[in-house]
Amino acid sequence: MKIIEAQRLTRKFGDFVAVDAISFNVEAGEILGFLGANGAGKTTAIKMLTGLLSPTSGDATVAGFDVYSQPEKIKKSIGYMSQRFSLYEDLTVAENIRFYGGIYGLSARQISTRRDDLLERLDLGHARDDRIRSLPLGWRQKLAFSVALLHEPRIVFLDEPTGGVDPITRRQFWDMIYETAARGITVFVTTHYMDEAEYCDRISIMVDGRIEAIGQPADLKKSFDVASVDELFVRLARPVQA
Amino acid sequence: MKSFRGFVIKEFFHIFRDYRTLLILFGMPVIQLVLFGYAVRNEIQDINIAFVDSTNDHVTRQIKERIRASSYFNVIGQLPSERDIREAFQRGLIKEAVVFEPGFASRLAHDGVADIRIVTDATDPNTAKSMQAYTASIIAHYQRDHLGSTALRIVTESRMRFNPELKSVNLFVPGLIALILMLVCALMTSITITREKELGTMEVLLVSPLKPIHIIVGKVLPYFVLSFVNVVTILVLARLVFDVPVRGSVPLLLAECLLFILCALSLGILISSRSNSQQTATMVSLAGLLLPTVILSGFIFPISSMPVALQLFTHIVPAKWFLIIIRDIMLKGIGIEYFWKETLVLAGMTLILMTASARSFKTRLE
Repeated sequence: MKIIEAQRLTRKFGDFVAVDAISFNVEAGEILGFLGANGAGKTTAIKMLTGLLSPTSGDATVAGFDVYSQPEKIKKSIGYMSQRFSLYEDLTVAENIRFYGGIYGLSARQISTRRDDLLERLDLGHARDDRIRSLPLGWRQKLAFSVALLHEPRIVFLDEPTGGVDPITRRQFWDMIYETAARGITVFVTTHYMDEAEYCDRISIMVDGRIEAIGQPADLKKSFDVASVDELFVRLARPVQA
Repeated sequence: MKSFRGFVIKEFFHIFRDYRTLLILFGMPVIQLVLFGYAVRNEIQDINIAFVDSTNDHVTRQIKERIRASSYFNVIGQLPSERDIREAFQRGLIKEAVVFEPGFASRLAHDGVADIRIVTDATDPNTAKSMQAYTASIIAHYQRDHLGSTALRIVTESRMRFNPELKSVNLFVPGLIALILMLVCALMTSITITREKELGTMEVLLVSPLKPIHIIVGKVLPYFVLSFVNVVTILVLARLVFDVPVRGSVPLLLAECLLFILCALSLGILISSRSNSQQTATMVSLAGLLLPTVILSGFIFPISSMPVALQLFTHIVPAKWFLIIIRDIMLKGIGIEYFWKETLVLAGMTLILMTASARSFKTRLE
């Protein structure tokens, strides 16, 4: 089942074409690595898919909802986490959970059962009433990810979720991503770490607003005759960087 | 609606857990009121004064006695001649000298005219002007009481209406309300909104099902409530500690304050939608809002004595209109029929600012 379908999706800002007629599909439960140099149009593409920005032309559905006419329904079906962890540092763990559960319209009972599950799963029960500020970075990041999944979205968008995190925590974070995908939730992840790209089911590489390559990492390496995704990325993205 | 309530609760957590925010919200109004009430004064008291009086006759003695008796002046003594005044000023011994011409009483008796010269240290021109006026008034009183029938002179008398004791705190409290509201509403809201942008939480809020209007209203509602609490606190404190009156209608006064709060909040939202960091928001608020509120609103400096270009500019300072309104209510005790035009101007500005900030916030999303 296709959870994201995009057909010639385009966004212009004046004369500048930020996203140039991209077409791709994402299957439910898939991990899609969304790669591209800064300014390649990744952020604009994500904004269109999350209902923040209306496309200039083209079509797209996310979780079965149309990006033009049903952005509010899309917002309810997706989760989002950015590099900056998005938790309030001056609120406690429990307060953050209650707040995010609340803005997604969960009932008080839903919030408290899911909170207890979540804290047990992350082994964070003892830190329930600690302020986020006092937690180590790795915990914050896992917590932010779990909070983004609190309303049980069908897709979760992760915008450079592992920026500035140590390798061990990164590895643990990817274990969480796998678990999430195994539960049938689609993971749409952007990253600048090419080793992480190797972990994805499929990757897409954006250059200059267009998708230059999309497919399984192994297939792409074979067809471009390169040893790693890193090499592939450099080869495709270099013309822009120069 | 439930998610909105959760949002407002979160906002109150932010405020009550940040001691700096708390200090600005609740400490500053009190500190400012006390500062303006006690320290910043226009009225004069215990001004050191000396006389130059070579004759020392019965008329000059009576005038000197009157000056000595007033609480404004503190008589240091006599100076031998007018030439010594300069040095006494320079050494800071006195701020004012009153010079009687030689043979004062006999000149007055023969010619019907005698000269008194009032010399003031005008390094601080406002105080100098006040001292001069006070002295002149004391002499005028003496003249009326003792010489009124014999000397045919026109005695001018000035009377200060609405603030007969010339208490500067009466003048400052309305300005202070304007200043605090600008600070709390515009500065604090622009900071709290840009803080979410800096932290990256704004992105998450925008991706959530919350509508942008809920985000904005949810962020400013706590400040709306708290700034209203501030207004009441200032009014009560001003009443209890400094005896500042509210001569007009209190509900009307509070309604006008609410209008001004809305205006300032819209300004705060506008600033925050245009700036991406707390620092920028702070700088813009301080330079663009607080300075005009202090300097160009008529709070401290009278607008009528500004150059014409600057006077025109004051028309776009919301605090100017607000000050006219609340001074009318508090000090003159008059009703809306006298300042409906100013109220309309303020309401119009608020409407324009609200529309602009709503539009600006929307375009930022696209």
